[in-house]
Amino acid sequence: MPERASSYAAEVDWAFNFVFWISVFFFALIVILTVVFAIKYRRRPGVEADNSITHNTKLEVFWSVVPLGLVIVIFWFGFSGFVDMRTFPKDAMVVKVHAKMWSWSFEYPNGVESTTLHVPLGQKVKLRMDSSDVLHSFWVPAFRVKQDVVPGRYTYLWFEAIKTGTFRVLCTEYCGTGHSTMLSAVEVQSPEAFKAWMAEESSGKNLSPVERGKKVFSLKGCAGCHTVTKDRKKLVGPGLYGIFGHEVTLAGGKKVLADENYLRESILDPNAKVVNGFPPIMSLIPLKDKELDGVIEYLKSLKD
Amino acid sequence: MTSIPMPEEGTLTTKPVVDETNYLKSAYGIKSWLLTQDHKRIAIMYMIGIGIAFLLGGLFALAVRLELWTPTKTIVEAATYNKLFTLHGAIMTFLVLVPSIPAILGNFVLPMMLGAKDVAFPKLNLLSFYLWLLGAIGFVVVLFAGDLDTGWTFYAPYSIRTQTAVALAATGAFILGFSSILTGLNFMVTIHKMRAKTMGWFRMPLLLWGLYATSVIQIVATPVIGITVGMLFLEKLFHIGFFDPKLGGDPVLFEHFFWFYSHPVVYVMILPAMGVISEIITAMSRKHIFGYTFIAFSSIAIALFGFLVWGHHMFVSGQSSLMSTIFSLLTFSVSIPSAIKVFNWLATMYKGSISLAPPMLFAMGFLFLFGIGGLTGLFLGTLNTDVHLHDTYFIVAHFHYTMMGSALIGLIGGLFFYWPKIFGRMYSHLLGTISFILIFVGFNLTFIPQFLMGSMGMPRRYYNYPPEFQAYHQWSTVGSFVLAAGLFTALWCFIHSLFRGEKAPDNPWGAVTLDWKTSSPPHHHNFDIVPPVTDPYDMDDVYWDEESKGYISRSQQAALQELAAGVSGTQEKNS
Ligand code: HEC
Ligand code: HEM
Ligand SMILES: [Cu+2]
Ligand SMILES: [Cu+2]
Repeated sequence: MPERASSYAAEVDWAFNFVFWISVFFFALIVILTVVFAIKYRRRPGVEADNSITHNTKLEVFWSVVPLGLVIVIFWFGFSGFVDMRTFPKDAMVVKVHAKMWSWSFEYPNGVESTTLHVPLGQKVKLRMDSSDVLHSFWVPAFRVKQDVVPGRYTYLWFEAIKTGTFRVLCTEYCGTGHSTMLSAVEVQSPEAFKAWMAEESSGKNLSPVERGKKVFSLKGCAGCHTVTKDRKKLVGPGLYGIFGHEVTLAGGKKVLADENYLRESILDPNAKVVNGFPPIMSLIPLKDKELDGVIEYLKSLKD
Repeated sequence: MTSIPMPEEGTLTTKPVVDETNYLKSAYGIKSWLLTQDHKRIAIMYMIGIGIAFLLGGLFALAVRLELWTPTKTIVEAATYNKLFTLHGAIMTFLVLVPSIPAILGNFVLPMMLGAKDVAFPKLNLLSFYLWLLGAIGFVVVLFAGDLDTGWTFYAPYSIRTQTAVALAATGAFILGFSSILTGLNFMVTIHKMRAKTMGWFRMPLLLWGLYATSVIQIVATPVIGITVGMLFLEKLFHIGFFDPKLGGDPVLFEHFFWFYSHPVVYVMILPAMGVISEIITAMSRKHIFGYTFIAFSSIAIALFGFLVWGHHMFVSGQSSLMSTIFSLLTFSVSIPSAIKVFNWLATMYKGSISLAPPMLFAMGFLFLFGIGGLTGLFLGTLNTDVHLHDTYFIVAHFHYTMMGSALIGLIGGLFFYWPKIFGRMYSHLLGTISFILIFVGFNLTFIPQFLMGSMGMPRRYYNYPPEFQAYHQWSTVGSFVLAAGLFTALWCFIHSLFRGEKAPDNPWGAVTLDWKTSSPPHHHNFDIVPPVTDPYDMDDVYWDEESKGYISRSQQAALQELAAGVSGTQEKNS
């Protein structure tokens, strides 16, 4: 099991170990008996099997009832742990989690957004999660929490971090080509450090359009499908470095010049003009006017 | 027994079944196979078909394992990788494991175990095979037609939105479903109607209990997958909102539909395998099965409870906590009958006279692997540990232990067990043993690392992965190649047997069930004279005969002698 960084990780591990040792016991029993019998009663000339034993109801009831008792105990531990996971504390800080192919973004009560989840140590946090496309699943192994994110409804989970550090967030519900890169992180900070971070984020209102665009580009998950590096590496979507002012070949062979209007249309109505060789899977990501403007400025800035 | 054609005299005393012909040679030509209604020939056609599908699925698996050798790109792109694991999973479950034991071994031995000539509806049986073939070809078409990449679970709404050939695959699954229903129906009617006159329910071999329970599941559960893929199809083509929230549907509903079928289906795979293992262990230990009634009823119990636990795949899906709790409780109830079986098998070995020929090695391997598969199920049925383990490599390892380590090992063990009966040839025990060792070692090497990395944080269906898991992935990949080597050794062993194998006696292992009281291979109509029905595990009924190098049944011999005496008696009177 990975390191424990949430309040109920210990409980989960306890249940895990409990089941583990029960399993070890029964597994050892099975293997030892199989091997011992296979050796001790292996076929020898002149030795016949003892065919007088065909059943023994007492024994059979015994080995039905004992496992039954054990699994009820196991169920109970799992159940009480589960109840803790599903009983939402009233005093929790609520963070909204937006999942989409193939990125996570986090929105705090004061409206600040980020691509990694920042939480203060010892604070109960409740996540309200939504997906704008398909099923995803939010997993933090170090916290032992997991919850599917379902389009068309909200799902929730909560945790209390007990250790500072950076912990991995992974998507565990298969969601297409970029599934395995749909990663993020939880940064558990001391309450002071969290406050400082939050102050800095919320003060950043007067960014230049390019800086704003850059931020939006990662927050809105564009980076999950597009690279912005010079090598113009393809992910699911085309690399966007140097796109502005270049000619783009569309599906069907038509060529268009990537001017501001083309970029705008590509973002606001992604499937109106589809780039040659790519599937029309970019979905509409709602942007505010200022954000859209920023992104376009940012894309224009990607050049030598 | 009376209305059966008279056997030729002379051969009567040594050979129970006197017809010289053999179903493999009862007719020649490609048509005599393709249009046959003989359950035995249909079984062999399935064997070949499923074998090819298994080879294909296996090659995809090796490609997947190779790709995972490094944490980033090794041999293929992400989109191709997703296609590979989807095809692997879909082929292995729908084309290989669901039909496998019933279609191959069940078809072959079920009528013979009952003392019948064939299944109740031989034409329907042939139709099932062609439906399977059609569905199978559908899948292969998908392979060439497009990029199927949803995983074998086809979860909505991804499966509805992706541009891939889901609709085609769904049609394939639909057709395969029909094949499955028809086989189940056929077996059920056959068991009800065609048992030898004196065979009561509790004189049936345990494999038949397993197949019966399987048939119940197939008939009840399969229509649901038919409906589900049908809805998927409608949604995809006509945009009727069932599952996609954009159209007003609910994706969790799809999960319910899917698992309502797919959970019982895992028992379609395991129950027949458990039946086969029961037969192997008792015959190879030369001992009466321990606790017949418990084993028989546990099969039925598993089939019934199996319908009530589908929600354990959905603990974190967004279903209500109350439902998760109920499903967890019910899930544990299924583990009890499985445990009972394992203990009964062990007790059967106790004070036996155990032969370590290949079928028994596979049966013991089954105990080991099913032990791990079943016990790891406990971690997943437990609510709070499943939250952590769900959709990780832990799940992948769990279901491979149960589906491949148990169901498939049951099939391979069963093939080693019934091979002499099916083809009338023995095989090299050495090759069989080598294949077992390679399969066993390779299998564990492949999947134990997956348990470890799953619990440590490795999600399933990942093309790229965090580098700290690389060593585990590499062990797993090495293991998969050892496993493949083992499987090819088994194949080699079988092919070698067909050409070089010694002639098999009628009853090489000393089993008592009726299927072993025919010639090896059986002739076209299985029996000339249906042997008397005894307790199927009364080992005193058979004794070793040095001359034929096989076992001979006392009751059958006595009956034949009586008949012969009767025959000569009437002849005397006539003259
Ligand atoms: C799910 C993956 C995905 C996401 C997320 C995504 N895109 Fe795209 N994008 C694509 C694909 C695929 C194409 C090419 C096909 C097309 O033109 O629709 C594309 C095309 C484009 C183009 C045209 C590129 C060209 O070479 O002509 C632009 C500009 C663009 N995207 C911008 C964005 C921005 C800005 C965002 C974030 C708000 C974003 N994309 C988010 C997949 C994505
Ligand atoms: C004996 C007791 C068993 C128990 C208690 C058990 C329990 C479980 C549980 C709870 C899950 C869901 C875990 C999750 O998705 O988070 C699961 C998954 C699975 N099990 Fe079992 N199981 C048992 C035996 C079997 C058998 C015999 C088979 C097959 C022959 C099987 C095949 C599967 C498959 C295929 C999956 C995963 C499907 C998927 O997500 O793709 N299990 N098991
Ligand atoms: Cu995902
Ligand atoms: Cu299940």
